Amino acid sequence: MASDPFAAPRASDGRAPDVFTRGGWVPMRQYSDDETVDFAVVGTGAGGGPLIAGLAEGGFSVVGFDAGPYFRPLEDFASDEREQEKLYWNDERVVDGANPITMGGKNSGKAVGGSTVHFAMVSLRFRPEWFRSRTLLGYGADWPLDWREMWHYYAKAEKALSISGPVTYPWGPKRPRYPYRPHELNGASELLARGAEAMGMKWSATPLATVSAPHGQSPPCVYRGFCRFGCSTNAKQSQLVTFIPRALRAGAEIRDLAMVGRIEVGPTGLAMGVHFFREGRWRFQRARNVVVAGYAIETPRLLLASATDRFPDGLANSSGLVGKNLMTQSNQAAFGTMEQEVRWYKGPPSLSITEHWNYEDRKDFAGGYCWMAQGPLPVEWATIQTSSRGLWGQALRDEMEKYNHQVGLKMVGEMLPDERNRVTLADDKDQYGLRVARVTYSWGDNDKALINHALDQMQTSLEAVGAKNIFRQENDTNHLAGTARMGNDPRTSVVNADCRSWDIPNLWVCDGSIFPTTGGVNPSLTITSIAMRTAERIRTLAKRGEL
Amino acid sequence: MTDRYPGYDVLSKRWTQSWNEPTRQVIDRRLAIPREPRFFSAEEWRTLCAVCDRIMPQPPDRPPVPLPAFVDQKMADGMLDGYRYAALPPQGDAWRRGLAALDVAARAEHGELFHDLVANQQDGLLRRMQNGELAGPEWGGMPCRLFFEHRVIPDITHAYYAHPVAWNEIGFGGPASPRGYVRLGLDRRDPWEAPREATEGADHGV
Repeated sequence: MASDPFAAPRASDGRAPDVFTRGGWVPMRQYSDDETVDFAVVGTGAGGGPLIAGLAEGGFSVVGFDAGPYFRPLEDFASDEREQEKLYWNDERVVDGANPITMGGKNSGKAVGGSTVHFAMVSLRFRPEWFRSRTLLGYGADWPLDWREMWHYYAKAEKALSISGPVTYPWGPKRPRYPYRPHELNGASELLARGAEAMGMKWSATPLATVSAPHGQSPPCVYRGFCRFGCSTNAKQSQLVTFIPRALRAGAEIRDLAMVGRIEVGPTGLAMGVHFFREGRWRFQRARNVVVAGYAIETPRLLLASATDRFPDGLANSSGLVGKNLMTQSNQAAFGTMEQEVRWYKGPPSLSITEHWNYEDRKDFAGGYCWMAQGPLPVEWATIQTSSRGLWGQALRDEMEKYNHQVGLKMVGEMLPDERNRVTLADDKDQYGLRVARVTYSWGDNDKALINHALDQMQTSLEAVGAKNIFRQENDTNHLAGTARMGNDPRTSVVNADCRSWDIPNLWVCDGSIFPTTGGVNPSLTITSIAMRTAERIRTLAKRGEL
Repeated sequence: MTDRYPGYDVLSKRWTQSWNEPTRQVIDRRLAIPREPRFFSAEEWRTLCAVCDRIMPQPPDRPPVPLPAFVDQKMADGMLDGYRYAALPPQGDAWRRGLAALDVAARAEHGELFHDLVANQQDGLLRRMQNGELAGPEWGGMPCRLFFEHRVIPDITHAYYAHPVAWNEIGFGGPASPRGYVRLGLDRRDPWEAPREATEGADHGV
């Protein structure tokens, strides 16, 4: 019987779980709380993972904190939607605004490896123009990063995550072929392709972070279809099985079940370390630098909760922008039934994609979107039926019985930054005694125009393949971004291009929070690429004595 | 009732390559859920059972999936969703208040408690809750529509579609680890999936 990863920290006594075996261990260097480490990194997901590894490989002493447990997928992951909710950040958060965001499994992980333990593995590059969307496309804000430099880091991230994808990707500037061959299409993704072709659009096998051939200790994907509930075979290239093991080998320490509640700032105005709760008590880790990598809710929550007399509005917040410009992505869908059996539960859910409307500017709204094939498992499918159509009782049962004939297309759409969409601290407290986040969100007119356009397009595609009884899921969102945006001007941004805060030079933010705009693709590959860049930049700055 | 996939039983795969040990343990626990409430009072439980019967009616020819027990378990164990609408109280308070308010509405409209009403009276009240038409001091400011959408519906329907009985009904493959699937295309299926609904002879998928 496996030990309970929630009962007590697993990473201790000089060892951490070996994620590739049942009950196995790997050696881990450990630091005492009194020892001042070079970097305390809060969060081990798409941003924290690569940064911890990159810094440790650069010779820095690093401790990575995660509030969640340290799973061994082979022994801890059941093949079950409900049980695997244990991967999500399910602690209380209060949501309001005209369009409250559904949190939890859609966008928030609580585990070593963060949300990448349950993400759908979709690994896409931004369209180059999005890094200068204000200047080139007339909306949002420009990034302080150059797309050509990002292209370099995207390639590195794709290699590090062994992305499976096509030889030639149909959109955007030339990129190298993906490291692993694309996955076979399932029925649902084949129908996306047929629909796109009928509409005169290009489509592609989706670049995915699950291996199509063996890699290291990861076996090839066996098309279980439970990707969003944790990969129990380790085919998925999550942070848990990629950068975190690298980080340990390079001498980093990972602390699981360690909730950071406050960043301490000293009399000099510099960060001194972090207060964290582990094994029933609050402790303090001294650090020369603190990196916040908790994603777009927990990052601003921690910065705001760390307010002092000197920084009464929270840390790194002289611009007043910490917590503001929260963005989610529109995640509407169209569904229908086919005469044929689709059995969309097989394989990764999003095996094919069209980015047509990310690269086509002849439209009367700002921003772009893509859509992908879908494969919701029964609980999620019931959620879609009940929330989109208001079904219950016998009507719901009857619709659910068509499960094996369903087909669907779901968008990932760009929502525009708006300062009124934000994270603040609520009065309610969580199990650690910390004030929970209040997440306020309302769609703007442009967001609604983009959504309506996408719903019409997806419906047309379904009609083109002969789907019947088509209905729309009009209210869904997923990924997060913003709340600590990067920029070139301390008055209008929280961090600079190196993810370093303008106000406190040894305080950094490295996750999706730093996005000034969110683009029309899933954000994880961009987060990871920026984290890899940040690790290199910190090494360069250190060599120059500029840390 | 319909029986689209006669003879298909996800549980028969328990000892095959489709189920790993953690899955067996999880499903065993689910099937063995205690039927007595730990969180709800006897009065609340009666109302909850009646609500579950209407939200997810079940065929009389098999033991029902014990949906009220799963709702009770979620409340008793404090299994949270990761977010809460600002207009809703914490989940357990929402359920207690909502069930009591439903009884108040039943009495006002039909002179009886909710669980004593006939099915179409119950459905009528649930529909009015769904449409946001129930109000009164007993709701304590909680919008009945939000309670219906974000507590009643998900807590009951998620429990049902997480149960092997429901997987059999809809022909879902169920647990798949370490073995996944080989035949992925349209009208294709592996031998360890549910058979086609029509005559097996027409199946060219295997």
